[in-house]
Amino acid sequence: MFKTLLARARQGYRTAGFPAEEPGLPALFRGRPELDPTKCTDGCRQCVDACPTGALRVAEAGVELDIGRCIFCEECVAACPEGAIAFTRDWRVAASRREDLIVTDDNRPRVDALGRELRRLLGRSLRLRQVSAGGCNGCEVEVNALGNVVFDGSRFGIEFVASPRHADGILVTGPVTANMKQALLITYEAVAEPKLVIAAGACAISGGLYRSHPEVSDGIEGLLPVDLYIPGCPPHPITMLDGLLRLLGRL
Amino acid sequence: MAFAITSNAIPLPIAAVPVVEVDAFRRDVLTAIAAGGRLLLLIGLPGDGRATRLLAAIADDARGAIAVCSTDVTDAYPALTPDCPSAHYFEREIAEQYGIEPEGHPWLKPVRFPLGGPTIGEADFYSVAGSEIHEVAVGPVHAGVIEPGHFRFNCHGERVIHLEISLGYQHRGVERALRGGPDRRSLYLAETVAGDTTAGHATAYCQLFEGLAERECSARANALRVIALELERIANHIGDLGALAGDVGFLPAASYCGRLRGDVLNLTAELNGSRLGRGWIRPGGIARDIGSDELRELKRRLSDAGRDMRNAVDLLWKSSSVRARFENTGVLRHEAAADLGIVGPAARASGIDRDTRRDLPAALYRARHPTITVGDNGDVFARALQRWREIEHSLGFLADVLDDPGSGTTASAIPSLAPDAVILSLVEGWRGEIVHLAVTDAAGRFAHYKILDPSFRNWFALAFAMRGQPVMDFPLCNKSFNLSYCGHDL
Repeated sequence: MFKTLLARARQGYRTAGFPAEEPGLPALFRGRPELDPTKCTDGCRQCVDACPTGALRVAEAGVELDIGRCIFCEECVAACPEGAIAFTRDWRVAASRREDLIVTDDNRPRVDALGRELRRLLGRSLRLRQVSAGGCNGCEVEVNALGNVVFDGSRFGIEFVASPRHADGILVTGPVTANMKQALLITYEAVAEPKLVIAAGACAISGGLYRSHPEVSDGIEGLLPVDLYIPGCPPHPITMLDGLLRLLGRL
Repeated sequence: MAFAITSNAIPLPIAAVPVVEVDAFRRDVLTAIAAGGRLLLLIGLPGDGRATRLLAAIADDARGAIAVCSTDVTDAYPALTPDCPSAHYFEREIAEQYGIEPEGHPWLKPVRFPLGGPTIGEADFYSVAGSEIHEVAVGPVHAGVIEPGHFRFNCHGERVIHLEISLGYQHRGVERALRGGPDRRSLYLAETVAGDTTAGHATAYCQLFEGLAERECSARANALRVIALELERIANHIGDLGALAGDVGFLPAASYCGRLRGDVLNLTAELNGSRLGRGWIRPGGIARDIGSDELRELKRRLSDAGRDMRNAVDLLWKSSSVRARFENTGVLRHEAAADLGIVGPAARASGIDRDTRRDLPAALYRARHPTITVGDNGDVFARALQRWREIEHSLGFLADVLDDPGSGTTASAIPSLAPDAVILSLVEGWRGEIVHLAVTDAAGRFAHYKILDPSFRNWFALAFAMRGQPVMDFPLCNKSFNLSYCGHDL
């Protein structure tokens, strides 16, 4: 008992200052990308051809990057001869609407807070059931990290619960494999109304690296109504926390 | 005996691999295993016409050699499993993927439920009959933030008589997608075979790629890869020690270890931008060199983290309530671990003295490797202690590597890959031995790509360890192995 108390003193207080303070992300952190289409040269498709997930395309107005498909690998940055693409250290990439995940310049995805009535119903707690539907355990480990003493989602009432019956919504990871589709839909059905759906990671948003595989459904788009998209491969716990707090109107 | 002999990440011309009659194949494989060899893998490859080619690789861990042979079969062949239990899961996979029947196999059940086969969840589960026998079905959606799988317990009261593990929920076509490569997706697919083992699978892929091009990375690039691999090992082991503490309700160690896991992930992120090391290891080397100031800082912070880890983990060993729950729980006996071909810390905790870093090393591990120790009792306590010892050995080893990280270019261009070749690439990931195998076509592209995550071998060990246990000990036993669902399901 005495040793346990001594260890408590040694290990100290470790909870992150975010959101009151900056999140202290590493210098090399790859966050929200910015594009400068004015630098693009006619007919150049080098970024498009380099992208492993087909997240880039050349539209009429110039090049577009869909961060719902992006795995933040920076192959496009390396491929671009003009320096038209850069990944900033901005962790705020979550969005309420799928179309807001299309980056064309320095536009920022936006999260709309839930309506007043829903927030009143939720009170100070948000209980989510996590469903991994083909996730590689990259997103899952980062969702788990939300519960550790550093990110400590429970400070904000955000906790992951064992049963969909106890949940206010589900947070889905993975491209939705054919083998998990039914279990995902049953889990969603089991959550009482009103309920939220959060898609975390490129796979859940769009299929990510597994898009177009016959074994998967290209994420939850079209299967479930999504309230919050959290891009990344995997999203940083701070990105998830930021998105969830904005959804709850706390940021 | 007709074998072609190779080693880790050394390619063989496919024509050099003997193709023998199935009886000779069986006899040779079984003789090699009886002589102390280990079934590294047994897989099917598309053969000529209707035939399926079975390819077996036998590891000679004492000599660091891998013996390869093959045979062509159609429809059915006499199974190896009755004489070589470690073949059982490979033969189930062959039956599922190629429709070949290994005759005499005791349980030809689906492995992953791929498209076009039986519907997942509608399996013919084993059942035990008798009064007071009941079944507990768990999953695919579990209580925690964890991947899906189905567990079917046959119990007598609280005691588990048999646990059947039925997976495949995460099957997303990784191996199929790697065929025809390498292409712009290949490396990233390898990284997501098991996302918590990004460095392990990326290294296996890159080693394979470089082996086929007959190129070696510089000493510097190899040292940086070792840093990535060992950081991944430390992060996962300390995280799992915390999770084990959580599963027995000992929250102080659970909290501290959870924080320390994150600290190690943050170190990884400072070196490459991603906490899981995404995009760090690349064919030809590594994405980014580390300056001497960074190396010194990394060493200092690892040393600090090591002290905090020792302080947190000591609580586990010194709390009688924790020890009472860990000791003699979920015992995997040495003989069972050996028969089933178990790998990694789970095998070492059962006294199996095997580690790819020492026995079948590639790259930097050929010159030096961490101290390798083994446990004996094979229970949850032994697996927890094994994890801790491996953290300590990795920390010591990293300190040496950081003192002397070698020199050379960190990224080199890779020329085209050898055509018509076969190669095996092995890496000791934190869960154990990872194997990637590729066969190239005449143009030097992947005609076939096979991935063996350590979980593929080890899931059955968990079922074994649960026999005779109270069903309530399942979470604890499960966490002591902490196997990958997606690494198995592919």
